[in-house]
Amino acid sequence: MEKRFTGSGQLNTLQMPKLQIDNLTLIFGRERQTALQLLREGKSKADILDATGCTVAVKNASFQVEKGEFFVIMGLSGSGKSSLLRCLNRLIEPTAGDILLNGTNITALNEAALQQTRRKEISMVFQKFGLLPHRTVLENIAFGLELQGMAPRERNAKATEVVELVGLKGYEQMLPSELSGGMQQRVGLARALANDPEVLLMDEAFSALDPLIRTQMQDELLDLQEKMHKTIIFITHDLDEAIRLGDRIAIMKDGEVIQVGTPEEILTAPANDYVSSFVEKVDRKTIITASSMMDTKPTMAVFRKDGPEGSLRKMRATGLDILPAVTVDKHFLGFVYLREVLEVKKRGEPTIEAAIHRDVPVAYPDTTVEQMLPFIAETDKPVAVVDPKNNKLLGLISQTSLIIETTGNQPV
Amino acid sequence: MIKIGTYIEQFINWLTHNCGPFFKTVKVGVEAMVNSVQWLLTFTPFYVVIALLALLAWRRAGWGVGTMTLLGLSLIYGMGYWGQTMETLALILVSAVIALLIGIPLGIWAAKNNTAGKVMRPLMDFMQTMPAFVYLIPAVLFFGLGKVPGVFATIIFAMPPAVRLTTLGIKQVPEDIVEATRSFGATSRQLLFKVELPLAMPTLLAGVNQTIMMALSMVVISAMIAAGGLGEVVLKGITQLKIGLGFEGGIAVVILAIILDRITQSFGKKKQRAKH
Repeated sequence: MEKRFTGSGQLNTLQMPKLQIDNLTLIFGRERQTALQLLREGKSKADILDATGCTVAVKNASFQVEKGEFFVIMGLSGSGKSSLLRCLNRLIEPTAGDILLNGTNITALNEAALQQTRRKEISMVFQKFGLLPHRTVLENIAFGLELQGMAPRERNAKATEVVELVGLKGYEQMLPSELSGGMQQRVGLARALANDPEVLLMDEAFSALDPLIRTQMQDELLDLQEKMHKTIIFITHDLDEAIRLGDRIAIMKDGEVIQVGTPEEILTAPANDYVSSFVEKVDRKTIITASSMMDTKPTMAVFRKDGPEGSLRKMRATGLDILPAVTVDKHFLGFVYLREVLEVKKRGEPTIEAAIHRDVPVAYPDTTVEQMLPFIAETDKPVAVVDPKNNKLLGLISQTSLIIETTGNQPV
Repeated sequence: MIKIGTYIEQFINWLTHNCGPFFKTVKVGVEAMVNSVQWLLTFTPFYVVIALLALLAWRRAGWGVGTMTLLGLSLIYGMGYWGQTMETLALILVSAVIALLIGIPLGIWAAKNNTAGKVMRPLMDFMQTMPAFVYLIPAVLFFGLGKVPGVFATIIFAMPPAVRLTTLGIKQVPEDIVEATRSFGATSRQLLFKVELPLAMPTLLAGVNQTIMMALSMVVISAMIAAGGLGEVVLKGITQLKIGLGFEGGIAVVILAIILDRITQSFGKKKQRAKH
């Protein structure tokens, strides 16, 4: 799961996004065109409701989802997240805006083309499972293939493959009503996967499950995603779930997308008070990583260039008694202490080599605060953050900020 | 004074005069259907018919109903009303099948289309609450006396439950299942046949049961326009004040009603799957 912390939500501009949503607007009510006009004139949702009786469910939502990305849309009930999701495969017709899947505009498809898209490219998993009660588990899983017109033998074979993938072996001939909620949702997931879609829409897929089962299903979904690299759009009202699962998260409120970013971006730089009020309750230790805490321009003692005298001058200028020692091309060597640099100087040695403490723990940019906790206990030094590939010093985290991060909840 | 009666009369007359050939064709077709079913029921030896019906009742509804069917039908035969009973049964079967063939699609349409549903509702109320005898009048005007007007009146009287319960059954299919089906790219036809109708089946079969029961009651009434069958026996009992005859006919009707009801109801109850 390290992958999620490597980027900062930066898009690969050379590649077309898997799914691009542009100014998607959804209005419920008879006079939606009038309402849309008013919306474009900048009227508020309340004004539009008064004037036309129409509800604006989604307002100018725009975001992009990359291929293989786990994208979570998070919002409370009534935020429009489920409606937005249903616009993506047009279970609900959007009022305005574009949805581009691989560059093809879904909103412009005719009925037959839309059915093909739903059969082959976009599958959906539902909060209430939506299984057919009169069919067995295997028949339910094969249902999407059956709708495509696949012959029974072939579709059952494919469904059987998926059965193993989601851990339903032995349950094939049971009816959905004979299964627990968690098992039923496995059937829902298997049914969606049987079509081998590129995009998976998951509408509060785990919200109806017990907390313990939910966590287990989340883990299994992440494992599956490691193998399959589907593009997943996952809806939830639970920020913990969003953070656990999402490569990126979009936060919705009152039909608007307020913020899109990696879990860490959302935690460290909430777009507004609404987002921060959510973020407060989250266990930041597991989310915040070294890269967002570090001072990227620390004062360094450069080995051979800075001798004992030069190092002491830097310590005096910054008021620090510990400095990281690096080579001229910034390879991290260790730390030097004020007292030992003084001793080296007293002995008249030309370099600080003897004063460098080389055997110190380092962090990588994606190391979480939780993983850094032992550092606080063991040493009194700051934490050096290095590039895992070439050991270059990227930044420094002071003991103070590490302690504040683990004890207080103030944004960094 | 508003003379609705006059308008309706004019309308029916217009229909009779202008659609004569149509009614004639319908009459020939329906007559052929009733006669062939009746032929099948009467030319098969009575003990075979009794045995088959008893077997069906036993398989579908258990040994109790099976035994009752066996005894009941034997009693009818013993009372000497076998011919009339089979005549009535033929009328019921033909009317009910036609009523269902029209009613179920109408019910589906009403479930799918709001406007159709809104129009059909009062129409069904009207058809169901209008005193049954009233249908006999236009039936006779269109088709003369005999079996065919009986079938016509019966279809109109017996169709509403099929329409209503089909609509109800389809509307009761949970929204999340319909949504899930659509999300996998189902066409409306696939949605209907693979999901909605199977899930609506218990309710729909309750409609079939009611249609058959209403057909039975109407078929008896249509003896007034010479449709024949058990109704004729009862009618003779009334007109000639022969209480014994009336009751005999009545008992035969009751036996037939119970058998039809139990057998058709058994199709509505889902077979219980063995629990794992």
